[in-house]
Amino acid sequence: MNDVCSINNLTQCLLDGGVSPDLANLLTILGGVVLVATVPLVTVIFLIWIERKIAARVQDRLGPNRVGPFGLLQSVADAVKMLTKEDITPMGADKFIYNLAPIIAFATVVLIWAIIPFTPLHIGADLSIGILYFVAVASIGTVKIMIAGWSSNNKYALLGAFRTIAQLLSYEVPLVLSLLIPVMIAGTLGMQDMVRAQGSMWFVFMAPVAAVMFFIANLAETGRAPFDLLEAESEIIAGYNIEYSGFKWGMFMAGEFMHAFTAALLAAVIFLGGWWGPFVEQVPALGFVYLGLKTAVVYIFGLILRSTVPRVRIDQLMALNWKWLVPISVANVLITALLLKVVDAIGLAPQSGDFFAHLPQTLVLLVGNLVLMFGVATVLRNRGRAQRLADEAAHPVEHEDAPVVVGAVGH
Amino acid sequence: MFELNAQSIAFILFALFSLGGALGVVTTRNLIHATLYLILSLFGAAGFFVLLSAPFMAAVQVLVYIGAIAILIVFAVMLTRSMTRLSDIYNSQWLLSAIVAGLLFVLLLVGVILPVWGVNGTQAGREVSSIVTTTVDLGKALVDQNQYVLPFEVASLLLTAAMIGAIVVARDDKE
Amino acid sequence: MVPLWMFLAVAAGVFCIGAYGVLSRRNAVAILMGVELMLNAVNINLIAFWRYVEPLNMAGQAFAAFVFVIAAAEAAVGLAIIISVYRSRRSVIVEDVDMLKW
Repeated sequence: MNDVCSINNLTQCLLDGGVSPDLANLLTILGGVVLVATVPLVTVIFLIWIERKIAARVQDRLGPNRVGPFGLLQSVADAVKMLTKEDITPMGADKFIYNLAPIIAFATVVLIWAIIPFTPLHIGADLSIGILYFVAVASIGTVKIMIAGWSSNNKYALLGAFRTIAQLLSYEVPLVLSLLIPVMIAGTLGMQDMVRAQGSMWFVFMAPVAAVMFFIANLAETGRAPFDLLEAESEIIAGYNIEYSGFKWGMFMAGEFMHAFTAALLAAVIFLGGWWGPFVEQVPALGFVYLGLKTAVVYIFGLILRSTVPRVRIDQLMALNWKWLVPISVANVLITALLLKVVDAIGLAPQSGDFFAHLPQTLVLLVGNLVLMFGVATVLRNRGRAQRLADEAAHPVEHEDAPVVVGAVGH
Repeated sequence: MFELNAQSIAFILFALFSLGGALGVVTTRNLIHATLYLILSLFGAAGFFVLLSAPFMAAVQVLVYIGAIAILIVFAVMLTRSMTRLSDIYNSQWLLSAIVAGLLFVLLLVGVILPVWGVNGTQAGREVSSIVTTTVDLGKALVDQNQYVLPFEVASLLLTAAMIGAIVVARDDKE
Repeated sequence: MVPLWMFLAVAAGVFCIGAYGVLSRRNAVAILMGVELMLNAVNINLIAFWRYVEPLNMAGQAFAAFVFVIAAAEAAVGLAIIISVYRSRRSVIVEDVDMLKW
């Protein structure tokens, strides 16, 4: 064959060139891995710039605008600065695992990109257990924090690592529980099948509570505001990466930005319909564009949230998770499972891939979600009112007398 | 019998992870290093599960063992640091236990390689079928009333009881 | 495919190394790590037999799933006990916990 050897028929080209089938398969997979792994690395440079610009605009200032047009090369300048910094290893640190922690920090985020369906035809690895793979990789992230905090030989780093792990492990529970809802609706754990199941109706309309839970749990998992108590620059304990300097710290930071972007990407794939959009069946490359737009919406919303909402304390964080998010997620799973079975039994389940065929199930699930949110809002309002009344009874507010008007006329 | 294709290379790699990690666990003095070797061995086992067409088990292995149990062990190691770092790591009967473990290994190898169980032993040349059940079948089997729903429910009760028990036992009740 | 006895041999090796760790180490957490190795080896055995002998019967995978659950429960309770013992005896060397010896 004299076809052009592109990425689509690389295997065939290698086989024609006389390479054994196993080796050809391996080389094609390696090429795919390199492609998929390079995209997040390149995206990080852009992400840092957009974060600083949006934070600046919310705070009514300009942001980086000196290096390059609109400050686009600021990240490159930062990277050069970090590369030329002195690489200090603290005395008494455990060298091997001290150097291993940034590598794991980066690797566990890039690993998630393997299962993301970019277009109907392009996916890294179409695993049948895609979502479970994502949860498993997210839970490896705690290992890196532990070894980073431990190997720094610094008790503040260790304390910061303990708190970070408590936060991460706690917020994994609502993350997994809220992921159960789209799995139940789609009936599969695989990512490409889940995106295909959203052809007529995005899951965010069928399960808004689950989408919000997923978003909040991801904010806490990636350590973004308002849950960034543990890495904030203004806190005394700067977290588990105190003792890291230069490029290793840079890898931690890049891993954190990439994790936030990957979480937004997953929210777009699971809840916002992935690569679906007009004409995507005919021109699959449009899938990249649609997915990028949806991810950008979620990510920029997260960035604006970061600059707007105040930081949460560690005990408020734990109380929020165990007293509010976990019961709401469990109730959500119960209600959705019940409603799905009821819809199936009545016969309103969507048989065809039509928009209007999905409408009854969507409306039923929406009503269920609204009932749940109404219940939560009622509980919140009653508690808030009781707290306010208790506060007022303890500290009565002085009511001033009406001001006496000194009459000027007719004195 | 043993051709060198991608599966064999993957098997050798995961076997090295499993055995090397296990050896590291029992020979290291530093317990944090021992935990990291344990994590390596568990990764090797997860790789085996992928090779054996059980991807759900591999993901659950990483999620439960590495993401939860290994972290728990690291916390326990950090909370129970002994002051004297110069104590022995083996007790007085280490030689006897090494001999016993070695004999057990030889016995198991003999039972696995030689056809001691008769015709249907592990060396029987049966064809490895390529029809494998999927994760959906596992899910159905765990809630099917004729299959494994009762052990499933009992296991969840066990986990709840263990969690409550662990919290009660480890709680600091000086207050 | 890799023959079955190789999987079983590796699992036997991990099991015996775990048994050696349980029998010969002095630190309680290290003993617990040996127990986890043994449970892991049992899991490899179960899944290997499931795949090679009867891949259509879910008993193998279900059994392995329950072994996961039991290993997690036992690790949690065991570590809680170790921490509690440490709090009162200030030592996790198992030879020091000998108040019941006559």
